[in-house]
Amino acid sequence: MSAIYILWLRELKRYTRSRAQIIASLGQPMLYLLVLGFGLSPVFKRAGYGSYFQFIAPGVIGMSVLFSSIFSGLGLLWDRQFGFLKETLVAPVPRLQIMIGRTLGGATVAVLQGLLITLVCVIAGFRPVHLSSVPVALGFMLLIATVFAGLGVAVGSSLQDMQGFQLIMNFMVMPIFFLSGALFPLDGLPKVLAAATMIDPLSYGIDGMRSVLLDKGHYGAMIDFEVLAAFATVFIVLGAYRFSKIEI
Amino acid sequence: MIQVRNLVKTFGTFTAVNDISFDVARGEIFAFLGPNGAGKTTTIKMLTTMLKPTSGAIELDGLNPQTKQNEARQRFGIVFQDPSLDGDLTAAENMEIHGVLYHVPRKIRQQRTEELLKLFELWDRRGEQVKKFSGGMKRRLEIARGFLHTPKILFLDEPTLGLDPQSRNQLWGHVKNVNEKEGVTVFLTTHYMDEADRVAHRIGVIDHGKLVAQGTPKAIKEQTETQSLEDAFLKLTGSTIRDESAGSADQMRQFAKMWGGSKR
Repeated sequence: MSAIYILWLRELKRYTRSRAQIIASLGQPMLYLLVLGFGLSPVFKRAGYGSYFQFIAPGVIGMSVLFSSIFSGLGLLWDRQFGFLKETLVAPVPRLQIMIGRTLGGATVAVLQGLLITLVCVIAGFRPVHLSSVPVALGFMLLIATVFAGLGVAVGSSLQDMQGFQLIMNFMVMPIFFLSGALFPLDGLPKVLAAATMIDPLSYGIDGMRSVLLDKGHYGAMIDFEVLAAFATVFIVLGAYRFSKIEI
Repeated sequence: MIQVRNLVKTFGTFTAVNDISFDVARGEIFAFLGPNGAGKTTTIKMLTTMLKPTSGAIELDGLNPQTKQNEARQRFGIVFQDPSLDGDLTAAENMEIHGVLYHVPRKIRQQRTEELLKLFELWDRRGEQVKKFSGGMKRRLEIARGFLHTPKILFLDEPTLGLDPQSRNQLWGHVKNVNEKEGVTVFLTTHYMDEADRVAHRIGVIDHGKLVAQGTPKAIKEQTETQSLEDAFLKLTGSTIRDESAGSADQMRQFAKMWGGSKR
């Protein structure tokens, strides 16, 4: 247990110490939120969907949690490169505990990042319909973070070095974001796109937040929760398995 | 304490370790010597559960490190050849993580951290992030960390690389100390033959993945009819210079440098 705790704490310390990075990481979400949010608002309203800004805010929060959690998993590559991974892998601690400590730490950091973006959203004018559902939305954030921290570890364990990083970014992370319905409603999509959004775990995370914060769900919060929990289980198991196979 | 039989490791068509066998007795200091790329680090990696052997058998304190990974890991400590510190954490935090991972009780952890950081003259800088340390300081911290818990077997992979004579002296003094007082078995590699001659009870010389000689420093000198271990080493392994192909870790480091990426 203490091994899990100390590795969780490590992730947190690293996050809070990289202030410049925290500020840098706010840039992209703010562009989406402020430029797209306000820019597309008139068109969205004319189409009868209400405020685009309100609509996109949960999407941008989900995006931040996605990026932050998946990068924390891929942080494995940095630890491999700078050697710290070895230090943990030869320690007399089951690898499962090491993986769980890292993943929980990464997920926690991602939720903190999500909360920071939530704060930015609220300052910019985002108003949830139900304030009482904010804790439930937080639960969805935690689920998203767990799903993608697990996926990040699974992928990070399978890569030898940073060469594959750009590939992962362009063919995994960006598609997950764009296909999630973070930026557009999931209703009435062309068939192929609809199918793609349905296998994207992030769809359910963002839909879940929209359901509880705005009353505008597509699948419904219960289904969102169940699908996310299933994805989380699968990715954590996969991540733990891949992590146990690492050779240096 | 360490038993190696017909150990082989191949990477594709390249045979890094080719059918080596040796024993290291309990309480012995064993120096594993060889030119660059001879297979020293690969052997250590197999002994310390980081790599799976292609074939052959290993026993650490009677345990097979492949099937009893955790039990084996409880028995050894290791100082790596290349860096393995977390640069974003402070010296004290690096020590703490190590102590927790190796189940050193908190009181002893704090007490030994203080002793060791003082011994290696890092105590005044304990609150600083490691990435601000010089190369020598990082090295000293790695070594101090390796001594935080008391293992049955201590692996030192070129521990003196980049250390000044003062720190080297401290290191070997400390190694002898734990070996004599606590009966720790030591398995080390080094390129400094005088160190091996001074510290090691027995020596194994590896070249091109083959064990070409083993015995006490004296026996090896007699066997090769040379005066110093350095001459014996050159006689055994020839005088051509070996190039180690840049490993993936080195390439990655370069890549990171290129992108200015000290992000993590």
